[in-house]
Amino acid sequence: MTHRMMFRMILGAASFALAAPALADEPGPGGSKPPVPVTGEQVYQMVCQACHMADGKGGVGAGKVPALASNPKLKVAAYPIIMVSKGRGAMPWFYDTLSPAQTAAVITYVRTHFGNAYPEPVTAADVSKLAGPPPAAGH
Amino acid sequence: MEQTGQKTTRRQLLSTIGVLGGTALLYNMMTTLGYAAETQFAGPPNLSGAKKGASVIVLGAGLAGMLAAYELTKAGYKVQIIEYQGRAGGRNWSLYGGDTYTELGGATQKVGFAPGNYLNPGPWRIPHHHRTLLHYCKQFGVALEPFIQFNHNAYVHNTDAFGGKPQRFKALAADFEGNVAELLGKALDQKSLDAEVTAEDRDRLKEALREWGMLDKDMRYAKNLRSAEHRGFDRPPGGGVNGAPTPSDVFALHDVLDSGIWRNMAFFMNSEFQTTMFQPVGGMGMIGKAFAAQVQPLITYNAKVTKIDQDKKGVKVTYADTGTGTVTEAKADWCVCTIPLTVLSQIESNLSDDLQAAIAAVPYSNSVKIGLEMKRRFWEEDASIYGGHSFTNQEISLISYPNNNFFKDGPAVLLGAFASGMGGYHLAGMTPEQRIEAALAQGSVFHPESYRKEFLSGASVAWNRVPWILGCCARWTEETRKAHYQTLVAMDNRVVLAGEHASYVGCWMEGALLSSIDAITRLHKRALEA
Repeated sequence: MTHRMMFRMILGAASFALAAPALADEPGPGGSKPPVPVTGEQVYQMVCQACHMADGKGGVGAGKVPALASNPKLKVAAYPIIMVSKGRGAMPWFYDTLSPAQTAAVITYVRTHFGNAYPEPVTAADVSKLAGPPPAAGH
Repeated sequence: MEQTGQKTTRRQLLSTIGVLGGTALLYNMMTTLGYAAETQFAGPPNLSGAKKGASVIVLGAGLAGMLAAYELTKAGYKVQIIEYQGRAGGRNWSLYGGDTYTELGGATQKVGFAPGNYLNPGPWRIPHHHRTLLHYCKQFGVALEPFIQFNHNAYVHNTDAFGGKPQRFKALAADFEGNVAELLGKALDQKSLDAEVTAEDRDRLKEALREWGMLDKDMRYAKNLRSAEHRGFDRPPGGGVNGAPTPSDVFALHDVLDSGIWRNMAFFMNSEFQTTMFQPVGGMGMIGKAFAAQVQPLITYNAKVTKIDQDKKGVKVTYADTGTGTVTEAKADWCVCTIPLTVLSQIESNLSDDLQAAIAAVPYSNSVKIGLEMKRRFWEEDASIYGGHSFTNQEISLISYPNNNFFKDGPAVLLGAFASGMGGYHLAGMTPEQRIEAALAQGSVFHPESYRKEFLSGASVAWNRVPWILGCCARWTEETRKAHYQTLVAMDNRVVLAGEHASYVGCWMEGALLSSIDAITRLHKRALEA
């Protein structure tokens, strides 16, 4: 089964929070039902590789997207958990868009791929414990 | 400007008030006089009398930076602009046939559009109340034309409604309103609302529901020529023998609710998305070009800022030429920094700890735009859609039809995706070729016979991968506003930040300009006091 087929099959009801008043120039009500990734690899391909690239090597322009490939900072799981959940600088937070299970899956995936070898899995409980409450929407 | 008339015009009065009392007073007066309830723009800044030899270095040649340079030069400052790209305009940008664009990660696209066709990767529409931007467009000679924001005849598609078949906005909106009107009418008749509504208002409300919802004399929303007047006819009115129109079937309330149409209806009611909206003739990038024409000699291109260092005497900015690597130090008395926070947070500086914390606290949103050039305007010729958007709950979010050159033969570019959120990340993570394929696959739901058949070429911009910003727009929360916004906009010794990120009109050009005017007004005041 291809990933695409899997995504189609596991389409979940998109969480549609009461939309905040539109202030930014945004698409509007469209795009509310993207495929929902489940495995760490799916989360990586659908979210992380937008910036960190398919090979995990990041990129450099006026600023830099750090490489996740062969990155010793991934050794302590708390670091990627807090970065993914809360964000920092150019890295956005994902606590409101990825579930603890999705966050745990993708961190486990990255910690065991792209030249990283930190086999101890990260669990959804680890993520919930460290992530704290999600930021309130604002404008 | 006319100054010769004997009578004091309202404009002259406002101008005088502006000079005497500053912009805050002017804004209050304008509101009192019935102006400006929609904008904080109180006219261009009236700066003058800079100290002899005073200098400002502006970082970034986007709209905020170029406006700062333009107005500060007029005020008497010696101004230099440092720009990372080989192009001015920042996010104000259009891609034309022949342009080449390389994204972060190295994928390069050569745009293949026909002459005159373009994709606006960033801003693409201007609300009628963004008066700062409209003011400078007029002043700098940017021709504007209508942007068709609201098109009743475009489609709404939802994979969970009508078996995935798109429906016209007008049919869904009419049926939503008609059903709501009928139900509310029943509630009134059943006296469910007698505690809320007086007898007189109940009668008036019933009449309003009948007229608004296109109900029949029995207060029913049904298949008839009244409902067809809003939702569309089966056979439209014509001439001669078969001139009489026939009505169309109305949708069941359940199906209408599945479509989520109220979200589209509400979207068009948001102040930033109400008509009239505008676009520049020839592409949004015409605005950046017009601003650049005013300040061209001041701009140093291809310069990557590596350090910002200020002390009691001035500001020193170190930058490297992106081609040769040559390092230069530029010095000035003051600095207006418009570098996006995603990049600024990575630049070495001795800005205050509080400001650096604020800069690092604001991540950016994402967005992907995809332009698809088609051989002919099948949406006009086959579907009677002239501009506007068809919405979908798929990742592309919408397709949007060109607002210019109606009825013309030859290729035209439609916007094949304006994706954000999770769908935006997914499309951004694809190769440019994969993005085009996804846009064709998803957009085909609206025009299945023509979409792939008429496709010529495409171009995409994923803002996460735009090398000079790494994101789309500043993304504030209530908490970060409270903790960091005032620090972010305050002057930090000799440096002040400006841009959409330093405004409450985030992600709009108007926010960048209002922020710039506010920043340079405070900078000028400080410089005069120094």
